Amino acid sequence: MTSERRSKTLTAVLMITPFVLTYLTVFAYPVYKMFALSFTNAPLIGEGEWIGFDNYLKLLNQKLFFTSVWNTGYFVVLTVIPNTLIGLGLALMVVRLKGWLQSLILVLFFLPYILPVSVVTQIWEWVLDQQFGIAQHVIEFVTGRRISVFRDPLWAMPMVALVTIWWTNGFNLLLFIAGLRNIPADYYEAAMLDGATRWQCFKRITWPLIWPVTALVLTLQLILQLKIFDQVYLMTEGGPFNSTYVLLQLVYREAFRLNHGGIGSAVAVFLFLIIVTVSVLQYQLLRVRGR
Amino acid sequence: MQRKSIGNILLLLLTLCVACMWAFPLYWAAVTSMKPEQEVVTKTTFIPDVFNFSAYYFALFETNLATWYVNSLVTSITVTAVVILISVMCAYALSQIVFPGRRLLYGIILASFMVPSQALVVSQFVLMYRFGLINTWGGIILPQLIVPVVVIVYKQFFDSVPKELREAAKLDGCGDFQILFRLYLPLNWGITTALAIITYIMAWNAFLWPFLVTNSEEMMTVTVGITQVDDAFGVKYARDMAVAILAAMPVALAYLLFQKRVTQALMLSSGIKG
Repeated sequence: MTSERRSKTLTAVLMITPFVLTYLTVFAYPVYKMFALSFTNAPLIGEGEWIGFDNYLKLLNQKLFFTSVWNTGYFVVLTVIPNTLIGLGLALMVVRLKGWLQSLILVLFFLPYILPVSVVTQIWEWVLDQQFGIAQHVIEFVTGRRISVFRDPLWAMPMVALVTIWWTNGFNLLLFIAGLRNIPADYYEAAMLDGATRWQCFKRITWPLIWPVTALVLTLQLILQLKIFDQVYLMTEGGPFNSTYVLLQLVYREAFRLNHGGIGSAVAVFLFLIIVTVSVLQYQLLRVRGR
Repeated sequence: MQRKSIGNILLLLLTLCVACMWAFPLYWAAVTSMKPEQEVVTKTTFIPDVFNFSAYYFALFETNLATWYVNSLVTSITVTAVVILISVMCAYALSQIVFPGRRLLYGIILASFMVPSQALVVSQFVLMYRFGLINTWGGIILPQLIVPVVVIVYKQFFDSVPKELREAAKLDGCGDFQILFRLYLPLNWGITTALAIITYIMAWNAFLWPFLVTNSEEMMTVTVGITQVDDAFGVKYARDMAVAILAAMPVALAYLLFQKRVTQALMLSSGIKG
């Protein structure tokens, strides 16, 4: 019996070793190292000395840090709720369609989601190009002039948010469609027989029953959008006048541009803690709901 | 009833309009890529006067796109294969074998789900530098190999395979490795396809890490490389769009061919949290 157990354990160890070794090397150790580096004055490559909380204090005295926190928050506000509501709205439209038409429309909405970020930004830089961009006709119609949107402090962040919503909405749409399909059709039929209007149906049946999915999408979005970097870096590089500078970009700047591995790590720790906190809250929230 | 059906038609038209608007940037990119640069900047044509593929010719033969393609294919296929292999073994052990530390390991993997990999880039870069892997395929691949959600999804699927199956295989003298690769993996072939395709798409699309770990153009992946074209040759719209479309082709095709699987994988990996 013991020898059987031993051989079982041996098999298990053989099976988990590749994953566990990789995990420890490229995941667990970097997490530890991130915290460790944040308490040193190390450059990106090379040793540093322990300096306690100096890096964190430095951040508190750095205007760019607060700008990044603010802009990250601004971006979250611009994307999370709109992206969720648009996803729900589109899902309500798509779910009514049938057969091949539904598949086709779904592909049109979903396709942007699987594109690489740099492809998305290239396409939108062309669409929004100040001189020849086709969207300038719309902008000119609304504002009366052509605007170089990524060089205008007022327009830059909302436009990055718009592009992000276009890019990532397909995922929300999928989750909402699955959620809507789970609502039994009898509910609507019964309501229709009682003479309920479309709006009443939505308010009394769809919204309450889809709420778990809405909550899931909202929290997933929140976690995702806090990690904003790629689109901003590719479209505005944080400008103009730092109006789109975000936290992850500060990590990049400190660590990779200014060779301050320590401060870069301190910013990373800050971001890490925010996201882990949100994730734990989300987990608790969804678990409570599940019961 | 009459009123309802008019409402339905209006709603259908609205849906079609929104869908066309949503897809318009993609259409516009495709159309632009097939125009001569001259036509792109002189007039707004929704269908090119003449179809011209010189932008594609330039993208394929005058830029480093071919090299980036090789880098992207090698790294994303390797990432996919290794992720699936190490995750499936780990998940099988977690699901089917009783061993000390099993609950702890599963707990750690579940918790890792919350760690944002973007926060780890500085320390991962330092590590890859120590390994001498900056500007190499290995450096691009290694930090992408831990995808906790793949282990979690596999474990859930293996949990639901009837226990009798494994016991019967045991009686026939099969070891656990055989049971996994001959029985459990083929049984869950659908989910393997789904997870593999989504891992491949994510690896192909990865931007931040490949961007940080490569600085020579010869080692860049497509996603990073195409951002260099403007710096090297100046802005040309048709050419930029041709480059973008070629860069997106491998993932767009993967999605169009395996739509159901992509959807399934996305559902499963987010359903876990729900």
